[in-house]
Amino acid sequence: MDIVTAQGLIKDYSGLRAVNGVDFSIREGECFGFLGPNGAGKTTVMRIISCFLPPTAGSVTVFGMDVVRNPSMIKSRIGVMPQDNNLDPDLSVFENLIVYARYFDIRKKDAVRLARVLLDFVEIQDKANVKIEQLSGGMKHRLLLARALVNNPDLLILDEPTTGLDPHSRRAVWDKLNHLKFRNTTLLLTTHYMEEAEKLCDRVAIMDSGRIVAVDAPKNLMAAHGGNLEDVYLKLTGRSLAD
Amino acid sequence: MAVILKTYISNSPGGVLQIKRAFRVWQRHWTVYTKLYKTSFALNFAEPALYLVAMGLGLGAFVKEIHGQPYIKFIAPGIIASSSMFAAVYECTYGTYIRMTFQKTFDAILATPVSLDDLIAGELIWGATKSLIFGITITIVIALFGLVDSSLIVFAIPLTFLCGLIFAEISIIFVAIVPGIDSFSYFYTLFMTPLFLFSGIFFPLDTMPHVVTSIAVFTPLYHLVNICRAFSAGTFSGAVWSMVWIIAAVSLLAPFPFRLMRKRIIP
Repeated sequence: MDIVTAQGLIKDYSGLRAVNGVDFSIREGECFGFLGPNGAGKTTVMRIISCFLPPTAGSVTVFGMDVVRNPSMIKSRIGVMPQDNNLDPDLSVFENLIVYARYFDIRKKDAVRLARVLLDFVEIQDKANVKIEQLSGGMKHRLLLARALVNNPDLLILDEPTTGLDPHSRRAVWDKLNHLKFRNTTLLLTTHYMEEAEKLCDRVAIMDSGRIVAVDAPKNLMAAHGGNLEDVYLKLTGRSLAD
Repeated sequence: MAVILKTYISNSPGGVLQIKRAFRVWQRHWTVYTKLYKTSFALNFAEPALYLVAMGLGLGAFVKEIHGQPYIKFIAPGIIASSSMFAAVYECTYGTYIRMTFQKTFDAILATPVSLDDLIAGELIWGATKSLIFGITITIVIALFGLVDSSLIVFAIPLTFLCGLIFAEISIIFVAIVPGIDSFSYFYTLFMTPLFLFSGIFFPLDTMPHVVTSIAVFTPLYHLVNICRAFSAGTFSGAVWSMVWIIAAVSLLAPFPFRLMRKRIIP
């Protein structure tokens, strides 16, 4: 079953076409990745799927519902891990999860239990009462992941989940994402790391200048174009390493 | 209040559920406020107390009476009004702007079932709540100092909430259109300071050129000062027109924060 479908999706920002007629679908339980250079339109597509931006033209449905007509219903079933830290600096680690759970109408008692489980899951249980500013970059990422899981989402959207992380923290996030895949959560991510895409994604869409230039399993793309995923990426986005 | 909720419900499909989500945003602010208030609560009184002492006692030594009242008693109800105004304005200019931009709190909230309209309604109601909190506390302090003649003053308290909504609306309209945080100095210097000085808090406006009074009747603080002063003196009659004005202004302004913030946040 398809969790997300997009048809003829177009998004313009004040005269600039950021997404130029893309079609794709994401299946239940798979990990789907968007790859592409900066400005290719990946983040815009993610923001449309997470009901943050309305499309200029075309249609996007998530769980069979239209993103323009049913944003709140859709958002109650997705989790979003943003690229930038937007944890609430006025609240502690634990309170961040509790207050976030409230937006989903989760009862306090359940939220407290859930927050403990999630902090265990991302292994920062000993930081529960710490202020956000006292967390390391890797810990903030893990807390963002925990927060995105507060509503037990059917679809988890991750925008560059490991950008700026050291190798240990990156591995830690990958471990968690693999764990979620194992639990059949549908994952949708953007990344600049080919290794990440190869390790995690069942299928990837390579984007360039607002269009999808290829969609397939990483191993199929490598077989069709030769070399590793980075070679395929550079070839399809028309750039050589020298650029 | 009813009007703002009506405007807000008609803006977004789904009806009563949204109010609950706006309440979630309010609750977030309440959680943060109750966490920090122990350290900042005393400060809330500092500014109004300074004005009362400096103006009331300092200037009051020269200006013996205005309209038959000791000077400090004349300005006291106005201080309730101005404190509650500044509470909503600080909250919904700097507070809202910082949450929207630097802290990215809006981004985080908008990834949940809360919609932008819910979020703005939550901000507005929270701003008005801050006015209410200040309205209550300053009224108590001023009453304890014996500067209030009538217990009718308690009726001014719900009006500080309503007038707080107006200030929250104006502030959020401004947040929606400013290019950056520095622009707030224009708002404070060109709008808030004149409002504070020419709303009849420190002197009756009938001594000023006619143009000042004509402008003042179109500003919310003038009416809140009017109400606080009338109730403090134990009369309703002087306040009726101002109450009508406040209710009308809340309703007329209500659609704009929603419309302009939508324009700013959703490209």
